[in-house]
Amino acid sequence: MSILVNKDTRVIVQGLTGKTGTFHTEQALEYYGTKMVAGVHPKKGGETWSSGMESAAALPIFATVAEAKEATGADASVIYVPPAGAGAAIIEAIDAEIPFIICITEGIPVADMVKVKAKLEKSKSRLLGPNCPGILTPEECKIGIMPGSIFKKGSVGVVSRSGTLTYEAVFQTTNAGLGQTTAVGIGGDPVKGTEFIDVLEMFLGDDETQSIIMIGEIGGSAEEDAAQFLKDEAKKGRSKPMAGFIAGRTAPPGRTMGHAGAVISGGKGGAEDKIAAMEEAGIKVSPSPAKLGETLLEVLKG
Amino acid sequence: MNIHEYQAKALLKEFGAPVAEGVAIFSADEAEAAAKQLPGPLWVVKSQIHAGGRGKGKFKELGEDAKGGVRLAFSLEDVMANAKDMLGNTLVTKQTGPAGKVVNRLYIEDGADIERELYLSILVDRTVGRPAFVVSTEGGMDIEAVAEETPDKIHNLPIDPDTGVTDADASTLCDALALDGQARADGMTLFPILYKAFMDKDMSLLEVNPLIVMKDGHLRVLDAKVSFDGNALFRHPDIMELRDETEEDAKEIEASKYDLAYVALDGDIGCMVNGAGLAMATMDIIKLYGSEPANFLDVGGSATKDKVAAAFKIITSDPNVKGILVNIFGGIMRCDVIAEGVVAAVKDVGLKVPLVVRLEGTNVALGKQIINESGLNVIAADDLDDAAQKIVKAVKGGA
Repeated sequence: MSILVNKDTRVIVQGLTGKTGTFHTEQALEYYGTKMVAGVHPKKGGETWSSGMESAAALPIFATVAEAKEATGADASVIYVPPAGAGAAIIEAIDAEIPFIICITEGIPVADMVKVKAKLEKSKSRLLGPNCPGILTPEECKIGIMPGSIFKKGSVGVVSRSGTLTYEAVFQTTNAGLGQTTAVGIGGDPVKGTEFIDVLEMFLGDDETQSIIMIGEIGGSAEEDAAQFLKDEAKKGRSKPMAGFIAGRTAPPGRTMGHAGAVISGGKGGAEDKIAAMEEAGIKVSPSPAKLGETLLEVLKG
Repeated sequence: MNIHEYQAKALLKEFGAPVAEGVAIFSADEAEAAAKQLPGPLWVVKSQIHAGGRGKGKFKELGEDAKGGVRLAFSLEDVMANAKDMLGNTLVTKQTGPAGKVVNRLYIEDGADIERELYLSILVDRTVGRPAFVVSTEGGMDIEAVAEETPDKIHNLPIDPDTGVTDADASTLCDALALDGQARADGMTLFPILYKAFMDKDMSLLEVNPLIVMKDGHLRVLDAKVSFDGNALFRHPDIMELRDETEEDAKEIEASKYDLAYVALDGDIGCMVNGAGLAMATMDIIKLYGSEPANFLDVGGSATKDKVAAAFKIITSDPNVKGILVNIFGGIMRCDVIAEGVVAAVKDVGLKVPLVVRLEGTNVALGKQIINESGLNVIAADDLDDAAQKIVKAVKGGA
């Protein structure tokens, strides 16, 4: 089993016709034939998108998300729309009742995400991101920008606020021979859809996921909240071996470190508090991002 | 992006918030004329720098006994003397770091009769994904200290973006600040005004510390600190014009021209990384192996060869940099693009310090080939651990 996406997930693309959308849609099609079924562009409805690959796949383009969903029965939409229009793109997907929305776009104004969040809470849709690398279930489905070549089907669930650190965790667990069930990038923005707790809940409930890697970073309190959640679940007898990492131990307070959400403000959101909370919840936190795989192996050996 | 207090107050005034009359000056010659525009008999002369704690700050050039960065003046002569004393000197506060900041602007403001000092701020509460008011009756102090010592004196009120500040919300805030009579009436109007300013201008922080109740019962914004969401500046050209580049690090300004996420730090190992998380982790691992990072730099996912070259030049322009670590795990970012950018930059500006390169992910073979064929003196690394150890060794060993 995997979480959220599998070989049957049917995906439409908002922002397919741009350079980024095109590149990553081609990559997704090449990755075990992820079911990319259509694109959306307000002015290009009725046209066809063709990939530059040898297989020369062609996808229909619809003017709206609702039309694309109606015609293809899509379960998911991935968004590559530039920041100024990305908030509206997410809202269009929510209005079209797309069950799973994945927004890759970085740099969406926080105020736009505040509006999205309010809308999301009144809907049945799940949002992953924004400012995230997407989600990948090895050998089944790749949505977003993660490099498929480093994955291997296996037993580790990976959840992370950082894209490139997700790749580190995936690469290391592949090299360690463990492989992954699903890797989920929740994104580096302060206001977002899916949080650590949502993903951890799913990993705990997934039989094939035998261990979990959780990667956080400075800013906010999502890691502390997740640690509390894990402690509460462990009391009910639900727990899995976990390794973790927190980025930003050396980050100066008050400075935004690339990710809009990665900032220590008002004395809160520092790395040490997060590491302490995670260790208290039974997660073995690696001091080095290069030793995530090793650390998890140690935990598994007991 | 941050702006100065006087700019923040002008902005809030446009929305209808009560602020004192004041005039910004750039040289001591302007002090008298500025003060004469105000009624007196009490003036406040305030240093304009992008840092808090100005009142308790000390000027480097003046003695220990000299007054701080915010001073009361009781006559025109007093205003002029203080302006002369402060302008051009370096103010060190607990937020500036030991280097301090040179005061290039002053704000001369009409004095106020203060009855009570309150605290108010608006920011996005990320746990609920909504803008929230944070208020306290303990104003005019370091709010972090208040939060630490008396957390029950701080009230947090998230606002539903669909409704904005309702009468019930405003009333809750009035209660939390113990406002009554005229002050309560002022509060009922002021809170929605501040919220509107926050939302309309895409602020990331609006802090009024203190918000005062004056002896006449009215509320007034006595100090204002405003920061804007950098991702929303594209829709606020008026705000962009308020940027004061003298407040920023020159390397950070250069980096922002190329849309690079760069933060200058104090160490000696320059880093170029893709992805914010990996860039932070790279800093952390340099520290783990005994050195300090000179910067945070995320080239992002869509960098071109030119952008990578610009990033590399910014790192090498820092005289503190004794070694460089390039750490790339290509997802969107292709390793060959990074390699081409680094090679181009080195050809342009040379390379006087050790360079360790670790490439992994998309197009890694091609990237390594470009580096190898360039003839550059590059130390190749297998993984992040290896890379960090190699650069620390190269720098410490003086290689």
